[in-house]
Amino acid sequence: MTITSPTAADPTPVSLRRRIELSVDGQPVTVHEGDTLLDACRQVGVEVPTLCFLETLAPVNVCRVCVVEVEGSRTLVPSCSRKAEPGMSVQTASDRVRTSRRMVLELLASSVDLSLAGDDVQRWIAEYGARADRHGPAAAPAAAGERDRARPGHHHVGDGLSAATVHQPAKRDNELYQRDYSRCILCYKCVEACGEDAQNTFAIAVAGRGFDARISTEFDVGLPDSACVYCGNCIAVCPTGALMFTSEADLRAEGAWDEDRQQVTRTVCPYCGVGCNLELHVQDNTIVKVTSPLDHEVTSGNLCVKGRFGFQFAQARRAAD
Amino acid sequence: MFGAGGGTSSYEEIEHADLIVLWGSNAREAHPIFFHHLLKGLRNGAKMYAVDPRRTSSAQWADAWLGLDVGSDIALANTIAREIIHAGLVNTEFVARATTGFDEYAADVERWTLDEGERVTGVPAEVIAALAHDYARAGRAQLCWTLGITEHHTATDNVLALCNLSLLTGHVGRYGSGLVPLRGQNNVQGGGDMGALPNKFPGFQDVESEEIRAKFEARWGRTLHRERGWHLAQMFEAIERRELRALYVLGENPIDSEADTRRASAALGELDHLVVQDIFLTRTAELADVVLPASVSTFESDGTVTSSERRVQRTRRALALPGDAREDLDILCALAARLGHDWGRPTAEEVWDELRSLSPMHAGMSYRRLEELGGIQWPCWDEEHPGDKFLHGRLWAEPREGPPAPFFAVEWVPPIDELTDEFPMRLTTGRRLDSYNTGVQTGGYRSPLRRPETLDLSPEDMGRLGVKEGDVVRITSRRGAITAPVHADPALRPGLAFMTFHFPDETETNVLTRDDWDPKSGTAEFKATAIRVERLAAEVVG
Repeated sequence: MTITSPTAADPTPVSLRRRIELSVDGQPVTVHEGDTLLDACRQVGVEVPTLCFLETLAPVNVCRVCVVEVEGSRTLVPSCSRKAEPGMSVQTASDRVRTSRRMVLELLASSVDLSLAGDDVQRWIAEYGARADRHGPAAAPAAAGERDRARPGHHHVGDGLSAATVHQPAKRDNELYQRDYSRCILCYKCVEACGEDAQNTFAIAVAGRGFDARISTEFDVGLPDSACVYCGNCIAVCPTGALMFTSEADLRAEGAWDEDRQQVTRTVCPYCGVGCNLELHVQDNTIVKVTSPLDHEVTSGNLCVKGRFGFQFAQARRAAD
Repeated sequence: MFGAGGGTSSYEEIEHADLIVLWGSNAREAHPIFFHHLLKGLRNGAKMYAVDPRRTSSAQWADAWLGLDVGSDIALANTIAREIIHAGLVNTEFVARATTGFDEYAADVERWTLDEGERVTGVPAEVIAALAHDYARAGRAQLCWTLGITEHHTATDNVLALCNLSLLTGHVGRYGSGLVPLRGQNNVQGGGDMGALPNKFPGFQDVESEEIRAKFEARWGRTLHRERGWHLAQMFEAIERRELRALYVLGENPIDSEADTRRASAALGELDHLVVQDIFLTRTAELADVVLPASVSTFESDGTVTSSERRVQRTRRALALPGDAREDLDILCALAARLGHDWGRPTAEEVWDELRSLSPMHAGMSYRRLEELGGIQWPCWDEEHPGDKFLHGRLWAEPREGPPAPFFAVEWVPPIDELTDEFPMRLTTGRRLDSYNTGVQTGGYRSPLRRPETLDLSPEDMGRLGVKEGDVVRITSRRGAITAPVHADPALRPGLAFMTFHFPDETETNVLTRDDWDPKSGTAEFKATAIRVERLAAEVVG
């Protein structure tokens, strides 16, 4: 099964597209017109770290961790969005590339809680020698709402002795979502999923500038007062655990969340006739999370509020036992 | 449609369409993930028309909204047809090679001038003409509908009126052009596929065909009824005639979901024996002589369902069964054994394989292939066949394959529940995003979006009635009366009111609705009730 880019306007089968030859770290590689340098790297088995990239979303080029060096190009280029061109010579492991990636990882690791960002991120931090502690001990967390009140041009410069962070209390203003922006790397995936790439609800965007930038609803209202329709598609694409279902957050808080004990079963949503596939994450005979496969052509990983959260009726039957 | 009971296109095709017509469908709320595909079509440059009495959250995405009067769909379709014919925009080559009955149809719609269409539907003539011209000229056009078309006493004719438009313009049987009925339930298409229709065996094979019946009789080793059965509305009438005496209800809650709740409830009380197999003790189950606790089909048992794009997909057991509950298949086999028929203990896959041996359109869909391919769209004739993305390509084959597709001239008939001075307002019903049907399932989760049932009115009507947000009013139809608080909805035009039926325990909306049903499909007229709204004096509310 192939994953269709949300921006693809052309149903032309891959096999009919023009072929392009280029080299990655000296190895020749052939891709199809429209493929990216990331596609080319993956084809020859060269790992490129990515944070803001996802197959189902249009690239926004914000994290800069996937940069590569292209011969003749003045600057490093983001491989996730740069289209392959004939004859390109791409370097993925030059000093320049490694330094740039290390800096990105170091700044994120020093300012954001990456503890739920997955094993790959921890491995990259080690591999690239990113030293989060180089910037000093973490500054004290912001009070609730403090970062949301920051206005452009009024940034408070730190004391130089501690590392600036985005640490702040988690937000819980409804029964379905928890938003813990101490874990937010501003990858924009949630904004894209809520916006043009999937849901088209536009409940969230990036507010503020520079280090004060953060994900926000309009005028920082709580989710119940925003345009949010609780599809959970932002949570599904969040790579760092900043956005989380309360069902998961509560179990984690109790120390009961255990992915090793969870079975994931693929089935079909019990509601309307569209036929969205659900992945039920079940721990101790209880559904603890619902997702949809990214490569399922009906949903591309997206669901609505009923499919995402409407499973409780099956649990209620058990509680009544 | 044209001999096959399913939508003709795949969801993918709407992403590459030039024109999208969404007719009687609030897919943004009722089919949200289909609407994602539609939105990709809009992002890729498609133009969209929304035809709906309400300016819904779906209609807000359209280039033009045709706010027709409830129940005037056939009038609108016939007016569009006449305009296409008079503007010389008929796809004459397609009509000649692939259809029959054009001349009679053209003569029949001749009286539907733009002015007459505007008079009957309330839609401005120039907007009707714009839709007609854009639909006829589009390279690829998708015509989608939902219950706004089918929950009328003229349900089948409404669908035929839309099919006629696709034949007139050749917008069927090609990639990107098709007819898309969005199914309201996760397996309503599959129920039809499996023969849960009064006149069909599995695979839409005709019960009244000698040859077909002989095939099933040979496989099952017994004689089968020669005549078609009853649909739901006919069953209720048969109960009232005391001809139908026992009912076995599986996973349905007709007391809350049928139009005219009181009549449905009284009829079920007349039965000698009522068996209900369900996952909850619904209000229907409360009336039953025997309740059989069942499984949640998509969470607690293995099987298949079919989606609105004819895609058969696997469901799988993820949870152990609670208490005394059993899988539906298990209950049916145990019941058969008590009735003296040993069906053994077949697995879901074994039952499916028997189905594949009898239904040619499912023949190639082994469990292994359904797994590998992530579902298969029927027809799938053998294990080499990939399934069809769209239907009726045969109409474009050179030479044409199979019989031509007939035009069916259909006559507009107004809703049965007439608007009068006594009942001057039109009530229509529908769903909200976070809730589902009678609320049996969605009542179980805590949605931040949920608000209690209201009578939604236009701000103009609220001013006229002298009521404000939250005021409780009495709503009276020719069947009964209920009370509900008022909610202002600027998506409603004056004279039009809206309610859901998600909260029957608090607000019995279907006390108001009519159960007059379409003689061809048995669907009741949920969408067009005449009502009167009265402000309650403060002391009554107190």
